Amino acid sequence: MDLSAINPILLLASLMVAATPIILAAVGELVVERAGVLNLGVEGMMITGAVCGFIVAVNTGSPLLGFIGAAIGGAVLSMLFGFLTQFLLSNQVATGLALTLFGLGLSALMGQSYIGIKAPEFPDWHIPVLGDIPVIGPIVFQHDPMVYVGLAIVVAVWAFLKFSRAGLILRAVGENHEAAHALGYHVIRVRMLAIMFGGACAGLGGAYLSLVRVPQWTEGMTAGAGWIALAIVVFASWKPMRLLLGAYLFGGVTVLQLNLQAAGMAIPVEYLSMSPYLATIAVLVIMRAGRAPGSLGQSFHASR
Amino acid sequence: MTLKSILAGATIAASLSTTAFADDPTKVGFIYVGPVGDGGWTYEHDQGRLAVQEHFGDAVETVFVESVPEGADAERVMQQMALGGADLIFTTSFGYMDPTINVAEKFPDVMFEHATGYKQADNVSVYSARFYEGRAVQGHIAGHMTESNVIGYIGSFPIPEVIRGINAAYIHARAVNPDVEFKIVWAYTWFDPAKEAEAANVLIEQGADVILQHTDSTAPQAAAQAAGNVVTFGQASDMAEFGPFPRVSSIIDNWGPYYIARTQAVIDGTWVSTNTWDGIGAGMVGIGEISDAVPADVKASAEALRDSLASGEYHAFTGPLNKQDGSVWLAEGEVADDGTLAGMNFYVEGLTGDIPQ
Repeated sequence: MDLSAINPILLLASLMVAATPIILAAVGELVVERAGVLNLGVEGMMITGAVCGFIVAVNTGSPLLGFIGAAIGGAVLSMLFGFLTQFLLSNQVATGLALTLFGLGLSALMGQSYIGIKAPEFPDWHIPVLGDIPVIGPIVFQHDPMVYVGLAIVVAVWAFLKFSRAGLILRAVGENHEAAHALGYHVIRVRMLAIMFGGACAGLGGAYLSLVRVPQWTEGMTAGAGWIALAIVVFASWKPMRLLLGAYLFGGVTVLQLNLQAAGMAIPVEYLSMSPYLATIAVLVIMRAGRAPGSLGQSFHASR
Repeated sequence: MTLKSILAGATIAASLSTTAFADDPTKVGFIYVGPVGDGGWTYEHDQGRLAVQEHFGDAVETVFVESVPEGADAERVMQQMALGGADLIFTTSFGYMDPTINVAEKFPDVMFEHATGYKQADNVSVYSARFYEGRAVQGHIAGHMTESNVIGYIGSFPIPEVIRGINAAYIHARAVNPDVEFKIVWAYTWFDPAKEAEAANVLIEQGADVILQHTDSTAPQAAAQAAGNVVTFGQASDMAEFGPFPRVSSIIDNWGPYYIARTQAVIDGTWVSTNTWDGIGAGMVGIGEISDAVPADVKASAEALRDSLASGEYHAFTGPLNKQDGSVWLAEGEVADDGTLAGMNFYVEGLTGDIPQ
């Protein structure tokens, strides 16, 4: 075993990249759940975003437009979920699972003629001055723009939920939709907007995979990232800043495990792979503060 | 199990009703481990299926189910296919071995062909290609091309098939470059582009400037391309879209002729259970064009190696070779027997690390 072969700077830098798709998807789902809706279709929205983003980017030659396309694709798919659960009052768990299956199939269909094509280049940002700081520069300031977009969205969501009136309304709807309704807030509208935001974020996360990380389109390429995002929302006990911690933990373990293997360390990979999940369970037990929004997963109808 | 597999199952069920007609075409089924569009392993098997379809035209009907997990699901899909009137079923991944044997027992009149496995039955043939011959050529080129003397290898699962490839590549890399070192990462998947890209990036970060992959997607090629100065080889399929650099050559699986021959045998009623293991010589393994990024003399010596493997005058595992622990495996001039190769579970001397159990 030769641990010196692992370069900690590169390790931390690739950790930030590895965590980005999960951060994007998880922060969207966090907002959805804070509004009291449980959307288990994150995986389906991610993969749809991945294929939409790829198609747009290839046809326009612009990764930026690709990301916008991905956000729209994810949001449109989430509207299907929103319509079924908010207006037709279907069961959220079942509808969310169906959305995942539907998204996987739909994306495979849409991507048929895009297999084996390369995505347009999406260069890393070498931020002047900051990027030249030793150690910290390469870790934090030499990534592609989407890494920073992801972080910015997390901060924005945190500020929105904590300081804005709209954020307060969204939380009220999630905690007790009947009370929010009695106060005159439009529960369904708030939830539809939250679901749309969640879909757009999941789409961005998927497109990050197909446009930056991999970067090409292959069926089923999200390979469970959406489910990890769902777990991280619980891990973060529905708080945006803790979400970063969870995502970096997951991303870090993924990267570290491969690094240890390449360095020749004979570790049973299974242990490392399960460690973030064990950490989630441990955190849930230790920090009892992790309380789900009061109306999570319940359907709302004004007549009740 | 994806929606598509369910739909495919429904299609098979729907076709049940048509199999009652006397003059029906021979039905050939294929079970794939990845999507047809993976650009690698499954893609080439599907090219084989298309070759069968083209060769026989209306006399043969082919069906396939893609992305079938290795496990209980596989058994269910095979059963459905057999019930759907398939006369011959190709199960194209190592992990389908036991499911194939189980289902074959229940359907003695259906012929099965299992790729890369070792369990035979009266109605189960096994077939594989001597990919390690291609790996030997890759190792030869890799040993010449590396400047950091670190070669990264993305393994899928620690099964004999993959270990053979690692050994063959290492032996021939070391033969031309005694300082060469292999870093091996096990991805524990045949197909997961994100994970494969990650593995490639990790290897590159740890100094590898040549990446060999035994996983099926083109993601490692893309990762190498992004890194700029890393050499790769196409796996299972030519992956020519990444040539002439980073992809400098490839191993191409060519299943078409075998699939046509076996389908013909079923039509003629001459099918018997066989164990086929063909290499470059028989055309089952192809070496993709060696690009101009490789120096001319290396290209020439690699082609000479390829030709000597094809003609059988040279065997990729020729002694003297020791096992990793230093014990003698093959004496001077001795060549490995197929039994040892089929069950290979050890590294040769010089490779570091343990094979995960």
